[in-house]
Amino acid sequence: MRINALIIRIIRQMRRDKRTLALLFLAPLLVLTLMYLIFDSSEAEPTITITGDSTQLTEQLEQAEFDVTSVEQFSTEEMKEKNEHAWLNVDKQKMELTLLNDDPTQAKKIQMQLGNMLATEKNGPGISANYVYGDKDTKIFDTFSPMLIGFFVFFFVFLIAGISLLKERTSGTLERLMATPIKRYEIIAGYLVGFGIFAFIQTIIIVFYSIYVLDIVHIGSIWLVILTNILIALVALSLGTLLSSFAASEFQMMQFIPLVIVPQIFFTGIFPMEGMAGWLQSLGKVMPLFYASDALKGVMYKGFTFQEIAFDLLILLLFAALFIVLNIVALRKYRSF
Amino acid sequence: MTMAITVHNATKSFYNKLVLNKLSLEIPKGEIFGLLGPSGCGKTTLIKLIIGMLKRDEGDITVLTYNIPDQRLLPNIGYMAQSDALYTDLTGEQNLDFFARLYKLPKKERKARIQYVAGVVELEDVLQKRIAEYSGGMMRRLSLAIALIHDPEVLILDEPTVGIDPVLKRSIWRELERLKREDGKTIVITTHVMDEAERCEQTALLRNGHIIATGSPDKLKEKYEATRFEEVFLRAGGEN
Repeated sequence: MRINALIIRIIRQMRRDKRTLALLFLAPLLVLTLMYLIFDSSEAEPTITITGDSTQLTEQLEQAEFDVTSVEQFSTEEMKEKNEHAWLNVDKQKMELTLLNDDPTQAKKIQMQLGNMLATEKNGPGISANYVYGDKDTKIFDTFSPMLIGFFVFFFVFLIAGISLLKERTSGTLERLMATPIKRYEIIAGYLVGFGIFAFIQTIIIVFYSIYVLDIVHIGSIWLVILTNILIALVALSLGTLLSSFAASEFQMMQFIPLVIVPQIFFTGIFPMEGMAGWLQSLGKVMPLFYASDALKGVMYKGFTFQEIAFDLLILLLFAALFIVLNIVALRKYRSF
Repeated sequence: MTMAITVHNATKSFYNKLVLNKLSLEIPKGEIFGLLGPSGCGKTTLIKLIIGMLKRDEGDITVLTYNIPDQRLLPNIGYMAQSDALYTDLTGEQNLDFFARLYKLPKKERKARIQYVAGVVELEDVLQKRIAEYSGGMMRRLSLAIALIHDPEVLILDEPTVGIDPVLKRSIWRELERLKREDGKTIVITTHVMDEAERCEQTALLRNGHIIATGSPDKLKEKYEATRFEEVFLRAGGEN
């Protein structure tokens, strides 16, 4: 009987909390659908540029579903620029293959396909390759570990900042603050800087540990890695505090994880975006972690300079600015000035 | 007599429920004014309108020289909320220090004020303890101390003595009376405890978003032919 009382109480409480119920039943569907769409994406045709004597080969490659371009002159710079997956230079005697190696899995596949194809020629099986990024030993982990760093910075800062502002709301201290001369923007600024200090320390620890202890590939500037992560933390901080105003409890704050955090993982480049449907790619472009990953992978794996990731950083900054303004607006709920 | 607070035809509703209905009220400067009424009658809403924490739907509110809402009023207001809004993972002193800084008190003054207000509510000995270890009464007292920290001209206390024992209650009242007498503070208190109501100079009875009676406790007793203040309240509300 007493057990009954508990069961009834729990059912009543859950029925009151419509949002939790919706999340419980619907969020898994959302995540599953996203996963389905992403894994179902057909792989994009690998692009290859051929220079030199190419007529016969071009046909063969097109049959093997390569996206082939023939030009007189080509260079690795152009490869980077166009994101061309491979470049085959056919000389009289030997062939020279250069792989972008942006995605090691794909690069290995191209190399194998080409190797098999050319095995019927006199070259014998297999073909060696030069690499634009990384080398033949590049592991898939090397390309997405930079994104993982960004992701963890984002995730923890988001949760901690969100929950702590939430605590301030539920304990009544936020309302109490409104009876003091503090201004709304001062509250947000205080939160950003206060938690920013801890986010900064966390970022430094994660970055140094990844690079010096785990020996994650990094060929760019470590300062750029830190700068990028600080911007990520700023976005996470402002988004976390903003979303906390739509949560009535810690429990509801946690519910933002499958709604806000998990979908972003799919667009960090862990899964290749090139093969995704157009609308799915556009969806990725409204997610801060997409730009964060692009910048981090650029710096750590491809050795990009500040100019080359400036666009990503700018977008992150704009995200943060937007969320900060929305935060200040959201506080109007407590006081009009 | 100059007025510290003037409320004229203030109306406020939440989700279509009318909480304050064209309420008008004048609170004179330098007095202890009691806002009385049962739970849920709109006392707290009225107080939040006066401070500017809530926006009124209609009407005018003037506090001191400011037309509410006005940010410049806030440094002159000491507010004690009905529920203790304290940072429970900090010590009493850290809580006081935080609020003192919000009012931009200089360091020296800050220290002196913290000691002073802690003395008023008799919390000097537990200032270094975390709020999590405080009893309900101690938290109430700390909330009062916070309201006093910046030596404001107007004190607005929402049920300040709930959960405080009679001995301490008496000493808090003495302090409030001293603040009024010596420093000329205006003190607005909400309560539903009638013996406290009798210590106020002026009172207003609030019910269903209306002021149903105003005046000094003695005058009200006379008017409603009551011997105890409680009876005033019941009769004014139309109950026997």
